[in-house]
Amino acid sequence: MGRDPFQDRTAIVGIGQTPFGKGLADSELALACRAIAAALDDAGVRPNEVDGLVCFSMEDGREVEVARNLGLGDITFFTQVGYGGGAGCATVGHAALAVATGRCDVAVAWRARKRAARTSRPWSQVSERIRGHWQWSRPFGVLRPVDEIALLTRRYMHTYGATRDHLANVALAFRKHANRNPAATMHDRPLTREEYLAARWISEPLCLFDNCLETDGALAVVVTTAERAADLRHRPAYVHAYAQGLPRQHQVMTNYFCDDPLLGPSWVAGPKLWSRSEFRPADVPVAQLYDAFSPLIPLSLEGYGFCGRGEGAAFTEDGALEWPDGRLPTNTSGGGMSEAYVHGFNLVTEAVRQIRGTSTCQVPDAACCLVTSGEGVPTSALLLRR
Amino acid sequence: MTVEGWLLPDTEDPDAAEFWAACRERRLVVQGCADCGARRMPPRPMCPRCRSLAVRWDEVSGRGRIWSFCVPHPPLLPAYAAVAPYNAVIVELEDDPAIRLVGNLVTGPDGALNGVDPASIRIGEPVEVVFCRLTDDVTLPRWRRPAGGAGG
Ligand SMILES: [Zn+2]
Repeated sequence: MGRDPFQDRTAIVGIGQTPFGKGLADSELALACRAIAAALDDAGVRPNEVDGLVCFSMEDGREVEVARNLGLGDITFFTQVGYGGGAGCATVGHAALAVATGRCDVAVAWRARKRAARTSRPWSQVSERIRGHWQWSRPFGVLRPVDEIALLTRRYMHTYGATRDHLANVALAFRKHANRNPAATMHDRPLTREEYLAARWISEPLCLFDNCLETDGALAVVVTTAERAADLRHRPAYVHAYAQGLPRQHQVMTNYFCDDPLLGPSWVAGPKLWSRSEFRPADVPVAQLYDAFSPLIPLSLEGYGFCGRGEGAAFTEDGALEWPDGRLPTNTSGGGMSEAYVHGFNLVTEAVRQIRGTSTCQVPDAACCLVTSGEGVPTSALLLRR
Repeated sequence: MTVEGWLLPDTEDPDAAEFWAACRERRLVVQGCADCGARRMPPRPMCPRCRSLAVRWDEVSGRGRIWSFCVPHPPLLPAYAAVAPYNAVIVELEDDPAIRLVGNLVTGPDGALNGVDPASIRIGEPVEVVFCRLTDDVTLPRWRRPAGGAGG
């Protein structure tokens, strides 16, 4: 098979973020503008050079407002990606495809989110009657994303012998990484296995520490051509491979109504990603895996080919996810569970830091870094390389 | 049973109205393709196997097995927090295990959502449907353990 024509043609050249917190005064739009301005400064690119914009369809501050506030130039490529946490890598991927095909020269992708925003917690809104596919779960008290994933988790534990200790391996690894990252919400909050096992339930078999954080904040990246990237100030994080995945007969979050519900979107995005890559899973020294809930990690490890089916929980044993000595240091900034939950966009910026060599849990000379988006929704994945 | 604050289905949803109408008659039905016979749930307009838009509704036995379950705890909407922790289950139908339905394990048609000890629930255990009438138009299918423990 020939080399994928989009391999390494584009690069992330700037990253920016706001502080993370709860109850930040800024609007989502203001947060977005801060993060994008920071990313452009980081890249050394002028706002009037930006001609491409890609955002989440859930974004409150859309392209028009972002462009007017930041004083961007004429925008010639703009699009949005749906499905919440599944969209993060896809916004970068769409930006990269647009740059690689000459639809624009400098594209910005971003995510801003406030936990109090209506669009952030759709489950908390009582509507008169439930329509569409939600009417097959919500009337029975399956209200929140955590309940939806708890149902899949219980089945996964039953089928493959996964235990709460495996889920604790995930939570504790990411917390350790956050404890080294001054930007992380949980920077100064260590977590022990005893505290994990004693935590209150949210939706059995998932406890408090199996859940991501609730965060206000924003992040942005700047994507341009490999040629331009070579002239900018940071080591480029080349977009080596990109893929999306919407499996046959998939259903958003309530993926119970298909032949094999434990074969999630990563089983589609993963093989496609590797087919476009010079790297194989065994070549990947560090990963940022979408972690709205801890059980998504074993599911993703399987779908992205780091282990066989049903082996994802066992993969987490012996500190495998922990920096510096684990076989696959994962979510090295703390991820959604311990740094910030901004629909997984902080996983993208952390992957860029790993490529640059500036992570607070730096894997030496990381040749590439995998980033994934939501497992449980139509998803996307990126492989960045130096 | 009070229903204030509960999330109720839109029983006039064009794809689902026949399902909810059958529940009001205490019959459990699943959607099938009127041309090729393939069953599909949740209901939708087109058969993914043959692209037919002609649907039929097949009555099933109402027996099944628990495929998975969870036990939600607060924070929840107030009406659900009031009965938490409760169970939610996924049931695979005995007639057609490829068809799964979300529901609750209760002690009977009027049983509370928290009426079964969550620690006693097992994946694979047999259940049978019961119909919980909540309003004039909403009757939800829920599940109970068969009398005498047999029936699976
Ligand atoms: Zn058909």
